[in-house]
Amino acid sequence: MSGITSTREMDTFPKLLLHHVAVRGGKDAMREKDLGIWQSWTWAEMKDEIFAFAGGLAALGLKRGEVLAIVGDNRPHMYWAMVAAQCLGATPVPMYQDSVAEEMQYVLDHAEARIAVVEDQEQVDKLLEIKDRCPKLETFVYEDERGMRHYDQPFLHAYGKVQEMGRDFLKKNPGFIEAEIAKTKGSDIGIMLYTSGTTGKPKGVMLSYDNVLITARNASALEGLSDAEETVAYLPMAWVGDHIFSLAQAYVCGYTVNCPESGDTLMIDLREIGPTYYFAPPRIYENLLTSVMIRMEDAAPMKRKMFNYFMDVAKTCGPQILDGKPVPFGDRFKYWLGNILVYGPLKNVLGLSRLKLAYTAGEAIGPEIFDFYRSLGINTKQLYGQTEASVFVCVQPTGAIKSDTVGLPAPEVEVKIDDNGEVLYRSPGVFVGYYKNPEGTAETKDADNWVKTGDAGFFDGDGQLKIIDRAKDVGKLTNGGMFPPKYLENKLKFFPFIKEAVAFGHERDYVTAFVNIDLEACGNWAERRGIPYSGFQDLAARGEIYDLIEECVQKVNADLKKDPMLSHCQIRRFLTLHKELDADDGELTRTRKVRRRFIAERYAAQIDALYSGVPMVKVESEVTFEDGRKGVLKADLKIRDVKGFEAAAPTETALRKTA
Amino acid sequence: MSATGQDTGRRIGDVVLKVDNISLSFGGVRALTNISFTVREHEILSIIGPNGAGKSSMLNVINGFYHPQEGVITYKGQARSRMRPHEAARQGIARTFQNIALFKGMSALDNIMTGRNTMMKSNIFAQALYWGLGQKEEIAHREHVERIIDFLEIESIRKTPVGRLPYGLQKRVELGRALAAQPELLLLDEPMAGMNVEEKEDMCRFILDVNDEFGTTIVLIEHDMGVVMDISDRVVVLDYGRKLAEDVPDAVRANQEVIDAYLGVSHAA
Repeated sequence: MSGITSTREMDTFPKLLLHHVAVRGGKDAMREKDLGIWQSWTWAEMKDEIFAFAGGLAALGLKRGEVLAIVGDNRPHMYWAMVAAQCLGATPVPMYQDSVAEEMQYVLDHAEARIAVVEDQEQVDKLLEIKDRCPKLETFVYEDERGMRHYDQPFLHAYGKVQEMGRDFLKKNPGFIEAEIAKTKGSDIGIMLYTSGTTGKPKGVMLSYDNVLITARNASALEGLSDAEETVAYLPMAWVGDHIFSLAQAYVCGYTVNCPESGDTLMIDLREIGPTYYFAPPRIYENLLTSVMIRMEDAAPMKRKMFNYFMDVAKTCGPQILDGKPVPFGDRFKYWLGNILVYGPLKNVLGLSRLKLAYTAGEAIGPEIFDFYRSLGINTKQLYGQTEASVFVCVQPTGAIKSDTVGLPAPEVEVKIDDNGEVLYRSPGVFVGYYKNPEGTAETKDADNWVKTGDAGFFDGDGQLKIIDRAKDVGKLTNGGMFPPKYLENKLKFFPFIKEAVAFGHERDYVTAFVNIDLEACGNWAERRGIPYSGFQDLAARGEIYDLIEECVQKVNADLKKDPMLSHCQIRRFLTLHKELDADDGELTRTRKVRRRFIAERYAAQIDALYSGVPMVKVESEVTFEDGRKGVLKADLKIRDVKGFEAAAPTETALRKTA
Repeated sequence: MSATGQDTGRRIGDVVLKVDNISLSFGGVRALTNISFTVREHEILSIIGPNGAGKSSMLNVINGFYHPQEGVITYKGQARSRMRPHEAARQGIARTFQNIALFKGMSALDNIMTGRNTMMKSNIFAQALYWGLGQKEEIAHREHVERIIDFLEIESIRKTPVGRLPYGLQKRVELGRALAAQPELLLLDEPMAGMNVEEKEDMCRFILDVNDEFGTTIVLIEHDMGVVMDISDRVVVLDYGRKLAEDVPDAVRANQEVIDAYLGVSHAA
């Protein structure tokens, strides 16, 4: 592939840096919006900055094999600190900038960091708070000097001062950094990333240069990335995705990384840069779509009509045109016209005009949302990855994208499904191990380098991987069919009227569900039809709403019927809950994930009712109000049998796969 | 915020503004009677008092909008009795207003730029055409304004018309415009009126930061006693145009006359 650097020779970030200085030294490597203007650094300028900082770190005593903690927003200086540490053979450990002091303490202590590079006063204050409890932590370097004037602790250094120290150091020790860089090799630990740790303490994932750079090179070659790409770095630096998209692939391809002015200005900055390569979690695509729809509601009738007409056109033929499939001439013409009148201007407003590739991952994205962007002609793709894999496990293939799969294994990645239905992979990106945690490493990775994902999935007819749920949540119906609750819940939640859903079926005869209506969407729907309601509970219990939700369930069932693996999972009965599932009541986690065991206990009577054939069940639930007071909510919940439900036995393939 | 209590860097200096026996009346109404107090360099001085006590009139006298019938104001060693507001602005006095006085249709950036206007030397045509000296000046001033935008953390609303902004942010833009003139003395007329707790906290922090970073002397009028007692170095209390007290916050809080007039009589019995 043109422009992609061979990582076999240049096997570390510092070596790649020198390569780009030689090959494209005058090209912009990074930009940052500061004081309202995009400031840029060429590869040559960036090398000087990094070398100066590396010299300063050496003067501060950073040694080969040590770690350098980094805490801050996506700023060029923070990325330079990473590569500067690598120049000296040290391992950078980027940390989540919004974590509280205690969380930071664990990571700093566990990683045994002696020096920390932080962005501003806020982070310095956090570190000062925990310094006594982190005996190894000695020195802080801060980038933003605002508010730091009265801090006179001798272990605090300004970034610029450290660079000055570095320049002096390098004058006295010419060739020092170059010699240190020559000592780095691909098998060294290039980066350590602490996984956020939803269960238990965070684990430090050690990735070698080879892990990161070979994976980055393979993925860049797969998508045909070149040094002409522009990306915007805005996701936390401690997250493996940012490490790959904003650093590794940039160093492999030589493209330009742009840092926004602040989190609040991201959308404006995105529009000014017009990235060609972009990553966003589904939530961002969703918000963007919602804002477009709301603004269209307020648009003049003529414009609204035009928008609706051409969006219908786009829906029918946009994805096909993007995939290069045959499309009738009439449709092609209408799409061309739509592109001039609607899609082009819309993409321009969103800053997506120049986009060649947009990835999404992390959660399932609603097919409607996904198709919206694809129908506009934006090459949106889902990928499936993990920190332990240096991101890439599967990527949707160009020209054959199916919205409900995560695509084919990425280059050099092997994927298999084990006997329990869990997805395993093996690749050059597979992590070296968890830091100071050999038991954890052995649990996740076997002797042959196969890594357990913890996700359950299967390959569809085209060999594309379908992820259905966390492996530990997948249950079995009494007829032997696999039951993945989250997969069904996601399918339900893709409807705007359904905010939350809980599916049941493990060790039962058939599948049932609790549905939480979306008050805003359902309320709006009811108002437009003149249906009166007094509040959430009243609205949720109305027959019209039950009809509406039943339609959604029927659509899900129709979809499931087509899937030979999951046709037995059609939903037979459901009820709508009288209150919203709430983290304050313990029903959801703080990140809004359903707490199944808790719900199964609390709503045991209602769940039994779903399987007993009664038309109605009483519920009494304790709720916690915002001020902490508790109260009891009573209601009668109607149970609806879904029309058109067909009991399906698991197919042969389904049984064979789950046996 | 001003973490770990290291507030030692800010040194309060000599008297920079001296108000001497000021009396101001409108027809028969005496707004101010024989008011005298001093403002020292780098300090934060609050003026408090019930409605109609003459607080805003006092600020208007200081920045030359009202001309007192009696008394002398000495600013940076220069006594003066009559001065126009724009002269005050040239001498480094800037202010914000009780009711927001921004150009609603203009962006936050342009509003703050207007604060630099007294410093621009090129003529109106050069400015309008963005040509020659006008262009050079604009770039220099814009840089300064951008530093203020960064300081006040309003990057995301730089290009937003001010009329579309929530109240708290408008107040921040107004502070930005006052700061644009690089004032040595900043007069703030109820900078936190009508704000919610969070907005007040933000504004307090910015006022303290301005005082700390730029060494700006600040005179402010405020009704929120919690805020006044927290951020002021000294407090002047007015009541019916007369001065009741001038002291550090703790002493003012304990002053019986002030309690009676303003803070409310204790009915502990």
